[in-house]
Amino acid sequence: MDPTEALEEHFRRTVEGEQRIEPRDWMPDAYRATLVRQIAQHAHSEIIGMQPEGNWITRAPSLRRKAILMAKVQDEAGHGLYLYAAAETLGTSRDQLLDLLHRGRQKYSSIFNYPTLTWADVGAIGWLVDGAAITNQIPLCRCSYGPYARAMTRICKEESFHQRQGFELLHTLSHGTAAQLAMAQDAVNRWWWPSLMMFGPPDAESAHGARSAAWRIKRHSNDELRQRFVDMTVPQSEVLGVSLPDPELRWNAERGHYDFGALDWEEFRAVVRGDGPCNRQRLAHRVAAHEEGAWVREAALAYAEKRRREPAA
Amino acid sequence: MTEVEVRTACALRLGDDGLVLSHRLAEWASRAPELEEDVALTNIALDLLGQARTLLTHAGGLEGRGRDENDLAYLREERDFVNCLLVEQENGDFGSTIARQLLWSTYQLGLLEALTRSTDSTLAAVAAKAVKEVAYHRDHALQWTLRLGDGTEESHRRMQAGLDRMWPFTAELFERDGVTAEAVALGIGPDPDGLRPGWDAAVDAVLTEATLRRPADTWAPTGGRRGLHTERFGHLLAEMQHLHRSHPGARW
Ligand SMILES: [Fe+2]
Ligand SMILES: [Fe+2]
Repeated sequence: MDPTEALEEHFRRTVEGEQRIEPRDWMPDAYRATLVRQIAQHAHSEIIGMQPEGNWITRAPSLRRKAILMAKVQDEAGHGLYLYAAAETLGTSRDQLLDLLHRGRQKYSSIFNYPTLTWADVGAIGWLVDGAAITNQIPLCRCSYGPYARAMTRICKEESFHQRQGFELLHTLSHGTAAQLAMAQDAVNRWWWPSLMMFGPPDAESAHGARSAAWRIKRHSNDELRQRFVDMTVPQSEVLGVSLPDPELRWNAERGHYDFGALDWEEFRAVVRGDGPCNRQRLAHRVAAHEEGAWVREAALAYAEKRRREPAA
Repeated sequence: MTEVEVRTACALRLGDDGLVLSHRLAEWASRAPELEEDVALTNIALDLLGQARTLLTHAGGLEGRGRDENDLAYLREERDFVNCLLVEQENGDFGSTIARQLLWSTYQLGLLEALTRSTDSTLAAVAAKAVKEVAYHRDHALQWTLRLGDGTEESHRRMQAGLDRMWPFTAELFERDGVTAEAVALGIGPDPDGLRPGWDAAVDAVLTEATLRRPADTWAPTGGRRGLHTERFGHLLAEMQHLHRSHPGARW
């Protein structure tokens, strides 16, 4: 066995034995590249996701809700930090990844290309978008790459908190005035289908499924996770007292799952392509924040450099 | 003024200061120069909002007209707010925001240290907790003042400009009026004159180390404590209050 084969064999056994790969371990280039792409997309989603909800901080209708929303948006910044740090252990810096995001070379979750039009959207995002994110992410807590798995464990705890807060916000609205109930229903109508699209294209069209499964990066298919989310969410919608905008949604006793209608994959592809309602706005906002902050980051570097050169006192 | 009225006024002033500055800092969300600063600025905003909520609840209770924190935040008009003008100033660039933070947190820390000895036990308790938070806010502002003042030519220029812009609004912090005089007499709050030397010394030390120039004391706008605000303040309230006011009596 030549040395590379021995390394590959060791890697394969580690992964198949459900052991963790750590930054100093040998790993195939393609494994590294897949992880960097996935972790980067996830990190970008966290920081772009601050925008739609941040849109409501200054208009939050009570001081308690304002504090909760500020803390949530802050959590998302923290998630971005953990994930960029995880990507750094694979040899790719935050600056490099941000640059790829800003030049449109890397993606973030398409869900954040939809607008938050009313206060109820804050609740719908917490309930549905954080809910879908958790469904996607809980299996990642057992991902074969150690730093990513550990980051996901921390993140999932906070996301489930966000999901409960979103549910509680919507529950208050749906049990409030007629106008509040209508606001909640409208938000759920707009966010339901995009949330289902968060699980990605149908399995038949999914590009990297099999290899990621062998590497213990992805453990369930897109369609399995989507079904799991629908099954979890329908009973919650009944507690909320809102309907879901799908006439074909019904319990299938034979399958032991809810059946649901077909997704509009044409819309999905359009948003991924960059033609969603907010793609241009979200990216422009991010790039502007980065460029307007350049002089601050340069100053911090220059100051640190001056202190380093100073003779020790 | 009765003692209760003085205690109410003191709680309302500091409560409005925190509410308004927290709102301004929250405007930075997703816009900070780096992710760490997004986290830090929101942290500070959350601390200030937490302080404000306790203070407004306390003021509403003392007032005895059944108003809670939300009634006071969302249902008062511009002329009813008694925050100082400094905290309502627009963010500007990061240098302006840091200048406002340095000047305000240095003042607030001195005020809170004195308020830990207030005869109003709620004010004293809020102050005891907030002292630790605001010590961090001040350290954050101090570190950035040094980095920006003594960083690059551009950052020095911007930091000095921010300082020049915010400086005139600091005079109001040390103004004396009926409320401060009564507060001193009743042991509720400190004499603003007594806070000045500590503030001067702390600010001067930071500015010197940051190679920044202390602006001259010339224009000294005032009026916030009497509900006379800057034009932009009405826009802040319009944004903050619009949704709450659009649904009278609704719970959120
Ligand atoms: Fe997150
Ligand atoms: Fe979240």
